Amino acid sequence: MTEKLDFDPLLDDPATRVLVCCGSGGVGKTTTAAALALRAAERGRRVVVLTIDPARRLAQSLGLRELDNHPREVVVEGFEPKGELFAMMLDMRRTFDDMVLTHAGRDRADQILSNPFYQTISSSFSGTQEYMAMEKLGQLVAQDEWDLIIVDTPPSRSALDFLDAPQRLSTVLDGRFIRMLSAPARASGRGLLKIVGTGFSLFTRAVSTIVGGQLLQDASTFVQAFDSMFGGFRERAQRTYELLRSPGTGFVVVAAAEPDALREASYFVERLSAENMPLCGLVANRTHPVIATDLPAANALTAADDLDRTGDAPLAAAVLRLHADRVAVADRERRLLARFTRAHPGVALVGVPALPADVHDLDGLREIGRRLAGE
Amino acid sequence: MTSWTEELTRARLHVVSGKGGTGKTTIAAALALALATGGRRVLLIEVEGRQGIAQLFDRAPLPYSEERIASAPGGGEVHALAIDAEAALLEYLAMFYNLGFAGRTLRKMGAIEFATTLAPGLRDVLLTGKVKECVNRTGKDGRHLYDAVVLDAPPTGRVVKFLDVTKAMADLAKVGPIKGQSDGVVRLLHSGDTAVHLVALLEEMPVRETLDAVSELDGADLRPGAVLVNRVHPARLPARSVPVAAEGRVDSSRVLAGLKAAGLDLDEFTLEGLVDETVEHAIRVQSQQQAMDLLSESDLPTLELPELTDGVDVAALYELAEVLVAAGVR
Repeated sequence: MTEKLDFDPLLDDPATRVLVCCGSGGVGKTTTAAALALRAAERGRRVVVLTIDPARRLAQSLGLRELDNHPREVVVEGFEPKGELFAMMLDMRRTFDDMVLTHAGRDRADQILSNPFYQTISSSFSGTQEYMAMEKLGQLVAQDEWDLIIVDTPPSRSALDFLDAPQRLSTVLDGRFIRMLSAPARASGRGLLKIVGTGFSLFTRAVSTIVGGQLLQDASTFVQAFDSMFGGFRERAQRTYELLRSPGTGFVVVAAAEPDALREASYFVERLSAENMPLCGLVANRTHPVIATDLPAANALTAADDLDRTGDAPLAAAVLRLHADRVAVADRERRLLARFTRAHPGVALVGVPALPADVHDLDGLREIGRRLAGE
Repeated sequence: MTSWTEELTRARLHVVSGKGGTGKTTIAAALALALATGGRRVLLIEVEGRQGIAQLFDRAPLPYSEERIASAPGGGEVHALAIDAEAALLEYLAMFYNLGFAGRTLRKMGAIEFATTLAPGLRDVLLTGKVKECVNRTGKDGRHLYDAVVLDAPPTGRVVKFLDVTKAMADLAKVGPIKGQSDGVVRLLHSGDTAVHLVALLEEMPVRETLDAVSELDGADLRPGAVLVNRVHPARLPARSVPVAAEGRVDSSRVLAGLKAAGLDLDEFTLEGLVDETVEHAIRVQSQQQAMDLLSESDLPTLELPELTDGVDVAALYELAEVLVAAGVR
């Protein structure tokens, strides 16, 4: 029997320090993170929520107007939580720049920041956003100003990207190829060259034919400048990764009751357990449970057909049809969720009925918080 | 809802993008079936290594080759191809260098992963290059092998970067095989042969991203095609009742009388439940309408596809294709 995911005890427990909301794109991670943060603040915690690319109206409801990369207290008229609520939007480029500035000396930092290859890596490499979200999380923890940090994760194709991207970026920056390209004369480079032999020289030739000499030159300058700070860089990513496995952290997997989103959620759940990362449970987001539970869809449709024949009661006929639609949707969602729980019986789960319209203020978020808590 | 235009009918490459979670792959597949209807041969391509097409058509992962995956009404055929950047790069290199065994070594060393990481634009150039080759390929009779190609492209956030090969090439070598190849790609993507369709849902974020993508496409001199609105919830209430009901005012005595007339004798609790469901439905229909109004700013042909309560299976793809055909897709 699947356990119900009960958020209130989790949010109230002072031992809960970090909650990570993850899941595939478009399932409502950001809104879930914000609603949990609001609820925790109203229950007395000092909370910061780190959002990534929130919908404009959601950002406005938290009083966020621009990316400024620092947590701001949420000040909204009439909002007086028992605790405190801070919110911020991640600026990935600025986070990366700050990190370079912290780890490299001023001169070296300038050299790195103006390198075209750095600009490519920091703005368009596919793992950068995930890496920077981790980095920012590490910083917030280190600041030790909040007793609960709730993090949204970048909108990615696959829920697993969040865990893998930092590793991928490290591999690129630390990779043996980039080393060989940057210092082909170095002894180690020569040794490797010998081993891989023709394959490699062919490769360098092919790569420079394709990507051009300038790019290789930029990459090599970048790697040399980056080399000295790389140790610190990787250590930091490693520490954040460890933090994610520590007892104060919990993962909340968010999924829509759709096959793709649930498939991703399954992968994520399995991965978390393989990595010994603490899973709180699954939020089945935006479900459509039937409210008028005693009226079967078939009866509603038969009655609607009768009414349509006479044409006397169009309103009642419409009500019956929309009820039948809703029953069909609810049945399907229930089937899909049952399939998930059969495969993962140990994962606690809560269904969050959809609001009929987008959230645009704190009241909307509060309502989602209530639904998350199963009220 | 407006319909498919003559101009779109002339396009041979249909690029389908949309915000993540909007059902872009489903719609791309339905569009391929619709275009194939009446006896045409269509190629459906994916580029993100997700094997989304195979999952959708309920079959084993696609190899790097063109396979027939479905028949369309009237003798049409849909073929599918999952393009893999690594394989495409090796294919290129093999065309210009005699790689043989070395190609496999490169792959084993992770060299290709590295080259595409070093120059993120390279991956896109390779993928679009292969797409172009499929679009332009001719058979023995000199006619195009495929009447149309549908590309399940990256999501709206990345699609312009993906298609803007000119910009990607600015970072890459100014001469050489890839450069020659990419000039042809640029010509195709910016011509009347290509249309970039955007899949949207009637919700705030997807609508905004769609509008942003339209202006980004315009800015990059790429041609936005149609907006394909997915999962439109059927409006059951008479239009005039919607605003009132959305405010929570549903005449429950009238509903009750109607239900009685149909022989349904329901308790208070069920009646209240029906009223609540009606209010939620009305709010949803209203916010859909607002989203639709906002979308109309794009001034593009806008086609609606219904929400499928039973989920998406192969039969549902044909159902969606029929809707597209009825809206003029050919």
